[in-house]
Amino acid sequence: MKVSRLYLAFVFFVLYMPIFYLIYYSFNSGGTMHHFESFTLDWYKEVFADTRLLVIVLHTMIIALLSSSLATIIGVFGAIAIYYAKHRWKQTLLTLNNILIVSPDVIIGASFLILFTIAGIQLGFTSVLLSHIAFSIPIVVLMVLPKLQEMSPTLIDAARDLGANEWNVLTKVVLPYITPGIFAGFFMALTYSLDDFAVTFFVTGNGFSTLSVEIYSRARQGISLSVNALSTLLFLFTLFLVVVYYVMTQRTSVKGGQK
Amino acid sequence: MRRYAYAIPYWLWIGLFVIAPIILIVYYSFFDIEGHFSLVNYETFFTPVYLRMTFNSFWYAFLITAISLLIAYPTAYLLTKTKHKQLWLLLIILPTWVNLLLKAYAFLGLFGTYGAVNALFEALGIGTKQLLFTDFSFVFVSVYIFIPFMILPIFNALEKLNPSLIDAARDLGANEWTTFRRVIFPLTLDGVKAGCQAVFIPSLSLFMLTRLIAGNRVITLGTAVEQHFLVTQNWGMGATIAVFLMIAMASIMALTGNKKWGVRQ
Repeated sequence: MKVSRLYLAFVFFVLYMPIFYLIYYSFNSGGTMHHFESFTLDWYKEVFADTRLLVIVLHTMIIALLSSSLATIIGVFGAIAIYYAKHRWKQTLLTLNNILIVSPDVIIGASFLILFTIAGIQLGFTSVLLSHIAFSIPIVVLMVLPKLQEMSPTLIDAARDLGANEWNVLTKVVLPYITPGIFAGFFMALTYSLDDFAVTFFVTGNGFSTLSVEIYSRARQGISLSVNALSTLLFLFTLFLVVVYYVMTQRTSVKGGQK
Repeated sequence: MRRYAYAIPYWLWIGLFVIAPIILIVYYSFFDIEGHFSLVNYETFFTPVYLRMTFNSFWYAFLITAISLLIAYPTAYLLTKTKHKQLWLLLIILPTWVNLLLKAYAFLGLFGTYGAVNALFEALGIGTKQLLFTDFSFVFVSVYIFIPFMILPIFNALEKLNPSLIDAARDLGANEWTTFRRVIFPLTLDGVKAGCQAVFIPSLSLFMLTRLIAGNRVITLGTAVEQHFLVTQNWGMGATIAVFLMIAMASIMALTGNKKWGVRQ
């Protein structure tokens, strides 16, 4: 029992050590990640004074929110289409759907780069947005589809019998039932978009950058504690998102339980 | 057919972003750097340089997957025994929400010549070691990044395991190890497979880690694709490597064949 506790404690220690190491040194006036001189908030001031960085943060947010919303809409209808598809097509559609999930990022990035170049789409905001939508759609489908499958088909039959047309069945029966799945898909898409580096790195041009790409280019130049300050802020934002997500799923599951 | 109309954007997506890119990659792999149709890229791929790189990539991916599994299985097992297991599981998942590059950047500090790990080594009397820019640090950081993706499916598989089966094995006189080897492990094999898929395939394309942590000492296929597409602009060669990566990916999927794709969870 003792050994197992120690083992788990060690795993958690290693998992969180790098994150807290970053946060700890973001308050270091010394400018390095190994010798703590004295407490300072200068690096945070530097982050908030860096207009270029703030614009990049704004771009990252816009891309994440836009791409996950659009991917959710397309993905939900995709999942419904797969649900209604004839049995022998279902497996093919699912395989096609999952290709982008299992592909290594470099392949997605490289193939999208070729695609945008051929289509004559300039690399920048549009290409990054389109790629993020593209790799988020299958995740939304995978989150929504199980909800559709657990829905009893008699619900739809009952609605039809009561005179509902296609549109009514969709908006009054199907969509409300799969709402938890839609939210889960949206949040997954959001985190995938915020987290993505490799695909964005391929399809972003010179003028446009997201946070991941910016962190990469800064990290390649060596250690700068403003990156630490930025990571602390991002970690807090992540915690906030986790709390929001859990409150939301908790609420929907309570509602589901009352039915 | 009219009722499929709402899914038109989804069909477009499948056509434009799933099927077309695969065709384009294969098509580009037949063109040399001057844009002439040729098989020169495939000839280059079968030279010792690229074959060694392919072998190395798979070796590193294998190491990363195996080490992750060795650490993750006991962790997942012990997690199912804890009191507030959902909370602990959330704490395992939380670090995956921190940007991958920030975690890699943290190791630049931790593994640096004067970093915390070397300070610890000094205190223990081992002495300062060169940690950064070695293949050790590449494997370590990769395992660090992927381990939650290995723990999660194994944890889910263990949770689904019917505990009375373990009791039955015990009643029939099996000891701890036999119970694990003959009952628990075979029944959680799906989780292990899912975890291995989630680790092995992405670890073939970690070009940012090879650049940041391994200091170009480790060149994987992913690094080569990035190099050809974004640095040397030899798209044909990059596409050829990508074709082999796709073949590798497809065979791994077939090997760990999970027919229940998408129905999972």
